Parts: sequence; structure tokens; C-alpha cells
Amino acid sequence: MEGLSFAHLAAGLGAGIVALGAGFGIGKIASSAMDAIGRQPEAAGDVRGTMIIAAALIEGVALFGEVICVLLAIK
Amino acid sequence: MKGALIISLSILALFSQIVLADPPGESSLSVSPIDTSHAAAAQEGHGSGDNIGDVIMHHISDSHEIELPFIGAVHLPRIELYGIDFSITKHVVMMMLAATLLVVVLSFAARRRHPNEVPTGFAAAIETLVEFIRNEIAIPNMGEALGIRFVPYLCTVFFFILTCNLLGLVPFAATATGNVSVTAALASLTFLSTQAAGIKAHGLGGYLKHFTGGVHPAMWIIMIPVEFLGLFTKPFALCIRLYANMTAGHVVILSLISLIFIFGQGGANPVAGYGVAPLSIGFSLFVNLLEIFVAFLQAYIFTLLSALFIGFAAHSGHEEEGHGAHH
Repeated sequence: MEGLSFAHLAAGLGAGIVALGAGFGIGKIASSAMDAIGRQPEAAGDVRGTMIIAAALIEGVALFGEVICVLLAIK
Repeated sequence: MKGALIISLSILALFSQIVLADPPGESSLSVSPIDTSHAAAAQEGHGSGDNIGDVIMHHISDSHEIELPFIGAVHLPRIELYGIDFSITKHVVMMMLAATLLVVVLSFAARRRHPNEVPTGFAAAIETLVEFIRNEIAIPNMGEALGIRFVPYLCTVFFFILTCNLLGLVPFAATATGNVSVTAALASLTFLSTQAAGIKAHGLGGYLKHFTGGVHPAMWIIMIPVEFLGLFTKPFALCIRLYANMTAGHVVILSLISLIFIFGQGGANPVAGYGVAPLSIGFSLFVNLLEIFVAFLQAYIFTLLSALFIGFAAHSGHEEEGHGAHH
């Protein structure tokens, strides 16, 4: 295999691993938020807002990884 | 408020154009060969596996021509001033369209015949969104005084991003927010607002003191670079998030459509092509509906995080509360 094939392989594997990490992280946030809302339904609005912020920050890191994968794939 | 909207939009448009500028030689090189292959593939229906990636790239990237129904490709003028490319590209056209639409539609929604008239219909819908931005995004994250002052900026950003995102779903249109230069310009505006709010709230001395993180002077050599980098990672994440989200949805839709041509082998295997078509059309319809949701969500997230960053810069200073949430 030449170098370019490895770059494509790395991009594909990397995209999958990044998605795995982000999915795990956001899943944990969602599950904790569900718990919190179940325990205190009156705080649902606040919990939802905080959940979205935390999810967005995780997503930001995940997208950094995905962009690096795209750069590998299109080079 | 209407005036602030128009001014912010024009600054935005101007700024985005400057950031949009790419080396003219490079863009002409990258656009034209892709375009010819795409045109050939579209007309003859012989899109082989190799250039499907090119077709997708052509659809999501910026170019000097715009494809319209019945008219075909319209070439846009290349404008170069002082060595900087100011060309009106496809995405610039979409941004101008979005800005014009916003000014016309929102002015229409904001007009009032009587001073005490209660808005109805469309105006009420827009008012709900504006009130949501004021009461749920601006004031909780930035406080009463600062929040009210930043509502026009947040509204501008929200409606501009939302319009650009939704315009990207219209056939023959392009997603301006799927261009990293556009989102970089938007994030730069938030970055500048953040710094301005920080300096205004703490004074220049207090603003610079923030870089030390409030630790012992021996640690400054570590803290100052970290805090300085931290200034840029937040708007960078903002920029990449919007760009990647808008681009990713389009790539998924185009890939699902491309499956038809891959299975059909460009007309050589029509049975497989027709067989896979209902499946891929169904999935792309689903992704399209998801994209409508994402268009709203990303506009909301961008606005929310802008408000959050500006609020942090103005209020927290260097206490723990300001850092716990974003590190």
C-alpha cells in the first residue's frame, strides 16, 4: 500500500473513533440530564440548557477530529 | 433595533467577503476541472465511481458560477482589488440574498400601524423568536443590562445563520454557512464582541489581568499562553461547528443520492440503479428533514454560545465559576 491509501484508511478509522467518543460523551450527558429531569421535573428548562451547552462543547472537540479526518481524506 | 440589524448585516456581508477571499489562481484551478467533469456526468448520466467525490465537492464548495434552473450556469464576475479577491461568488450571492430577505421580511414583520397594536400572524411568530433570544439566551447568560444591549447582535446572528442554513436546503441554492470563511467571519464578530465586552467591563488592566488566571506570578509563564490560546479556541470551535454541521448534512444527502449512480454503474446496470433508488431517496428525505432541524439547532447553538462567551468575558473575570463550564 502506498502512503495515500494509509491516509484514507486513517481518515476512515479516525472518523469512526471520533464519532464513537462523541456519541459516548453526549450519551452520558443525555442520560444524566434525563435522571436530573426525572428527579426534579420543575428544573427541566435549566437542565436542558446546560445539557445543550455541554453537548455543544463535546461536539466542538469531535468536529475538530472530524475536520482533521476530512483533511486526511481529501489530500 | 431595525437600524442595528441593517448595520450589522452590512458589516457582516463586507467582512465575510474579505475573509472569503482566496487566491484567485488557486480557485480557478480547482473549480474549472471539477465543473466540466460534473457537467459531463450530469448530462450524459455516466458518473463513474471516480468522479462522484468530485461532484460532491463541487456541490458543497464555493465557485465563480451559479447554476439556475432553465438558465444553466451563470458566470459571476471576478473582482480583484489591491490584490485581494473580492469576487461575488456563489456563497456571497447566497449571503446577499439572505441579508436582503432578512431586511425585507423582518422590516415587514416589525412595522406597526398603531403604537399599541398587538402583532398577529407572521409578526407574532417573529416576535416569539426575538423574545426567546432575549429572555432565554441573552438575559440568563449575560445579565439584564448587558443582555438587553446585545439582543440586536444576537438576533442578527441568529436570523442570518438560520436564513443561510435554510436557503441551503432549497434546490439550486448553496449553503453559505457551509463555507468555512463565512463561519470564520461570523465567529470573528463574536470574538471581537467578547473582547470588547471584557475590556469594557473590567477595563484594560482588568482584561489583561485575566490572562494571569489569578495565580502566583511564578506560574504566569504557563498561565498566560494557556489563557491566550483559550481566547481563540472558543470562536474557532464556533466556526468549525457551524461549518462542519452544515457541510456534513449535505455530504450525507449527496452520498445517498450518489449510491444510485454507484449501483447503476452510470447506466450500465439500470436494474441495480432503480432497485436502490427508493431506498436512497427515502433516506435522503429523512436526512433532509433532519437538516431542517439542524438548521434551527445550529443557529440556536451559535447564538447561545456567543451569548455565553460574551457573558463570561464580561462577568466572571478569573473566578472558578467562569472556567468550570468551558474547560
